[in-house]
Amino acid sequence: MSLQHYLVISSILFTLGIFAVLTRRNAISILMGIELILNSCNLNFAAFSRFVIPLEEVEGKIIQNIDGQIIAIFGIVLAAAEAAVFLAIILAIYREFGSIRPDEVDTLKG
Amino acid sequence: MEFTLKTFIFYGFALITIASAFAVVTVRNIVHAAFALMVTLFGVAGLYVFLQADFLAATQVIVYVGGILVLILFGVMMTSGRLEMRIHIERGQLLLGGGISLALLMLLITVIANTPGWKNRTDDGTLLPPTTERIGELILKEKFLLPFEVVSVLLLVALIGAALISRKEVRD
Repeated sequence: MSLQHYLVISSILFTLGIFAVLTRRNAISILMGIELILNSCNLNFAAFSRFVIPLEEVEGKIIQNIDGQIIAIFGIVLAAAEAAVFLAIILAIYREFGSIRPDEVDTLKG
Repeated sequence: MEFTLKTFIFYGFALITIASAFAVVTVRNIVHAAFALMVTLFGVAGLYVFLQADFLAATQVIVYVGGILVLILFGVMMTSGRLEMRIHIERGQLLLGGGISLALLMLLITVIANTPGWKNRTDDGTLLPPTTERIGELILKEKFLLPFEVVSVLLLVALIGAALISRKEVRD
């Protein structure tokens, strides 16, 4: 298991997320695509924090720099906030338009 | 790299993650897609375990699988009537989106394979100490204290905003 393994897995997840955002015609499916993208991002942070920064050894104990993992935790928090607001907006749109297909919500279109 | 049980399990997790993510973006029924997303999130949690990020793996399962996925399922059930459960995809968009995604994947893999500093960084099997204690120190008294407070305020704002947006409008 090397850094490149993790990077390839996370880039596949990222591309699948982009694919979902581009092709799906349902707001909740788009949200799922965004969650895939955020997950790939967090996986990258954790992988870089594990492999790129060298381990230190102080008094016989191994000390690992885990800044990347903390950024990934913040990423999870942001994903939670984003999902909550996204679903609130979807509910409001559904009440107004009776549909959550993004191409039917075109009131602002000139 | 010799083929041990550990690498076997790692490839298993990677395969589960990628296959279920593929199902998320291709399955027609949105409830099936949500459950495939659950498998993907568990797979990513497994990969965190392989990175020896124990706290991160637990957080992934608790927040994503226990929170966000339930939220998504609620969203599906409140907005999708019998007709909306099936996802409609147009053929032209499928080709264009697939082409763009494939090109992006090629680009990313080329960059990953050719960046000199990222080569030969393999897991030598060193057992690292548990991360939870260190994460607590970093968040609550060292350099991540300010971001932590900002994120707390952001969560509060998102909570109030979500409640305000999704409630019924009261006309007087």
